[in-house]
Amino acid sequence: MISLLKNDAAAVHQSLHEQISWAEKLAAWVLGLLWILPLLFAFWAAFHPAEYTTSFDFFAPLTLEHFVSAWEQAPFAAYMFNTLGITTLILACQLVLCTLAGYALARVPFRGQGIVMALVMMQLMVMPEVLIVENYRTLAELNLIDTWTGVGLPYMASAFGIFLMRQTFAMVPQALDDAARVEGCNRLQVLWRVYVPQAKPVYLAYGLVSISYHWNNFLWPLVVTNTEASRPLTVGMAIFGAPESGVDWPVICAGTLIAVSPLLAAFLIFQKQFVQSFMRAGIK
Amino acid sequence: MNKTQQLHAWLLLLPALVMLAAFTHIPAVQTLLHSFYDNPRGGNPASFVGMENFQYLYEDEVFWQVLWNNAWYAIVTVPVSIVLALVMALWVNARLPGRGIVRLAYFTPTVLPMIAVANIWLFFYTPEIGLFNNVLNMFGFDGQNWLGDPDFALPSLMVMTIWKEAGFFMIFYLAALQGLDNSLYEAAAIENASRWQVFRRITWPLLMPTTLFILINALINAFKLVDHLFILTKGGPNNASNLLLYYIYENAFSFFDSAYAATLTSVMLIILALLAWVQFGILDKRVHYR
Amino acid sequence: MLRKLPRRLSQVGRVLAATVAAVGLSTAVQAQKTELTMYYPVAVGGPLTKVVDGLIEGFEQKNPDIDVSAIYAGNYNDARVKALAALKSGKPAQLSVMFSIDVHELMGQDAIVAFDDLVKTPEEKQWLSSFYPTLMQNGKVNGKTYGIPFQRSTIVMYYNKDAFRAAGLDPETPPKSWDELVAAGKKLTKRDASGKVSQWGAMIPSTGYPYWMFGALTKQNGEVLMSQDGTKTFFDKPGVVEALSFWKDLGSKHQIMPEGTVEWGTLRQNFLEGKTAMMWHSTGNLTAVKKNAKFDFGVAMLPAQKEFGSPTGGGNFYIFKKSSDAEKQAAMRLIKYMTAPEQAASWSKATGYMGVSEDAYKTASLYDYVQKFPAAAVARDQLKYATAELSTHQAGRVRKLLDDAIQAVLTGEKDAQAALSSAQSQADRILKRYR
Repeated sequence: MISLLKNDAAAVHQSLHEQISWAEKLAAWVLGLLWILPLLFAFWAAFHPAEYTTSFDFFAPLTLEHFVSAWEQAPFAAYMFNTLGITTLILACQLVLCTLAGYALARVPFRGQGIVMALVMMQLMVMPEVLIVENYRTLAELNLIDTWTGVGLPYMASAFGIFLMRQTFAMVPQALDDAARVEGCNRLQVLWRVYVPQAKPVYLAYGLVSISYHWNNFLWPLVVTNTEASRPLTVGMAIFGAPESGVDWPVICAGTLIAVSPLLAAFLIFQKQFVQSFMRAGIK
Repeated sequence: MNKTQQLHAWLLLLPALVMLAAFTHIPAVQTLLHSFYDNPRGGNPASFVGMENFQYLYEDEVFWQVLWNNAWYAIVTVPVSIVLALVMALWVNARLPGRGIVRLAYFTPTVLPMIAVANIWLFFYTPEIGLFNNVLNMFGFDGQNWLGDPDFALPSLMVMTIWKEAGFFMIFYLAALQGLDNSLYEAAAIENASRWQVFRRITWPLLMPTTLFILINALINAFKLVDHLFILTKGGPNNASNLLLYYIYENAFSFFDSAYAATLTSVMLIILALLAWVQFGILDKRVHYR
Repeated sequence: MLRKLPRRLSQVGRVLAATVAAVGLSTAVQAQKTELTMYYPVAVGGPLTKVVDGLIEGFEQKNPDIDVSAIYAGNYNDARVKALAALKSGKPAQLSVMFSIDVHELMGQDAIVAFDDLVKTPEEKQWLSSFYPTLMQNGKVNGKTYGIPFQRSTIVMYYNKDAFRAAGLDPETPPKSWDELVAAGKKLTKRDASGKVSQWGAMIPSTGYPYWMFGALTKQNGEVLMSQDGTKTFFDKPGVVEALSFWKDLGSKHQIMPEGTVEWGTLRQNFLEGKTAMMWHSTGNLTAVKKNAKFDFGVAMLPAQKEFGSPTGGGNFYIFKKSSDAEKQAAMRLIKYMTAPEQAASWSKATGYMGVSEDAYKTASLYDYVQKFPAAAVARDQLKYATAELSTHQAGRVRKLLDDAIQAVLTGEKDAQAALSSAQSQADRILKRYR
């Protein structure tokens, strides 16, 4: 079901790139423009004085004042630190848990495999977002409200990750496994020396997908964080830009840009890897 | 299957299974149980109330409206984002000048946090000073009170959802398109088939598994994506744009009514179970994955 | 005697601190500090956090034995949820500013204590009765005071004097009655040749806090929305229905306001950009409007039908039950400091919120400010006509019932009578068990 993109895919299928009419090319471009319009507007509003927010003037003066006031009004540094911490924590745990489980499901036959697989796949349907009420109760009992761990726990075993690793490991040639065995490696050593290196591109792909998901995740962190000690960027942004206090667009746009800039910059720099990662992670 | 191997398998699975049980399976069962209890009050523990919560649910007009809204939300956003995603994928897979940039533009919403961009969309939608109405006025049309009119509030949310989702789904189509077998297309070229015929007879059937995968994802997202409600409408006006998950959040964390929130969550679980049954029970048998 | 112990100790502490600091071992006294955690509901953003931080700093300088950390938790609802969650999760807070109308719910959760049980000295008792009585309405239950007013407001009418002049209206006599409001609104609504409106007469926000705006209209029509003990609502009284019909008519019949709902958050921007000549909004917006308005603007009391009227609004100080006695006393000192005339005055100047006591308006700084900027006193002058804000048991749910009914009427889905009757019967169902 999962197919890893072959490196030469693009070359082989060059002839697939068909000719399209000028009208279609134009439409494609217009749609693209529409799609980044919100981002373009954010840049426009953030870098120009407030009176130009609602009126477009090509010669409007540039300013950084909104960034200054946004930065002063909300502890973005703390938020960013939390987001980084939470995303890293989740990803690290996901990688370990999914590798172990994926390996067991791919290469260690055992009784009840079908049931376990079904139990895992259930999480694809019943995402942690649906269970905020019960999960909040659990974390309150564990005294983990308002901690990074609390934000991360429900996501650490990822059905998607387990499934992805199982598919990847299943494609590693059994011969490599046997050879390592002959050399006297135990199961974990085989996993570490044979399977993990083979799956590097999949790890990268999964990592990028996971990071962009949790960087942008909002509802659960909103529920489970109380203070700046654990509040991530998304929740901070929601408070910062809450319409209750009267909307100040230029400052909000500046704040938005501050919040998205790390991920956006990473995305622009590693564009190819990002897109290919998402493609790789897709089930076809 | 020797004993050590069995043991190893379970040991490897243990951490993941514990986490899954603690945060997916047990809470799901707990939710169902709690929906038959009321809220603990003033030191008294929750007591069993039978079907009372479901009775309340049945009589709760807001619930039915929210359910109805969510159905509409799914019925519109899912097909539209899928079709758009496919069109986008076909375009950026074709010979298009500046293909990389266009692809980037389509994909950008995927890496932007919905909650932050919602504020920018709020500006687009605002009457009097907002972008959409100003553009409409420029062309001589009347603007709308997009978020303040019950007829437009939900559609306005849908537009933003589609914007967010289409580029994401495009990627899956793009991956599928690049993996397609060339020989069929060469045969079609020899037979001088029209572009539409090629699409109907070759591309679309071959993309079927991808479409199904996206379909399921999109359906789940239709119940999961509520971030923008927090900024744009808060479910208003008069619940015209309220969605099930947001209503659950309101009940649990604004009204402190966790019993009713559990009841609503149970409904959500039933819907998701139905979706799963449709996927694995019916569709999977009809469409053969490779 | 024992009661005074903490203060004695802290005095000893201060002496010790001086000595120890001299020796260079100042860390030794840290243990004696009382640490307070305070939840505060400002959408972090807005210059409000700065002002609060400044006040706290001033307090800490005068009270080196107390350490205050403020946690800014978003809107009123967030602040309540987060503060209560913190109480339950073992990271307690000792005090919080929360919605004045949360009092029933907080008492229902057994989370707060009455100030009457904390004040000891005559001076403290005197302080407890120093506030405007109207501001105490939402904080008092069964004769005891649970909330001390701080971030308090009424609704006032901001109007664009330039627009008034342009429409041939006297900028110094803003509308004083509903009829005058409609008449002025009609003159102020500007339409182009095609009938498109370029400037509305008035806007009353109907998202965010519609029930609050509605509280003003009902009071002006001689009604209140609920009983003082929060167990009964009066949504379907004829006067209340009439008030909602009038609100609806402003858009549909008189056409001086856009139809559908008017967004709370973007309204200020609309006013500042001249898209509406009048707006009803919290006095908490005053400083922001003053800073950003590029035209001559005025602030007036809301117009009257049978009488003048506005609900009070905003946040009160609460002290949490779970705190130790020393913490409660320290929290009291903080609240006393923050609400003292000097601080209340500078708070009012910085934000536009009201000075909470008469003495605040007697301070030199606020007195001078009001002399130069009379708009700053409108909210206070309106207090004598003000009433409590909608506050009941299960406040969130009841509020939503009314909010939904208002929005249903404004968007033309239901008529006022039907919407309010249904809201009333649902509210009855919820509130029955508290009677």
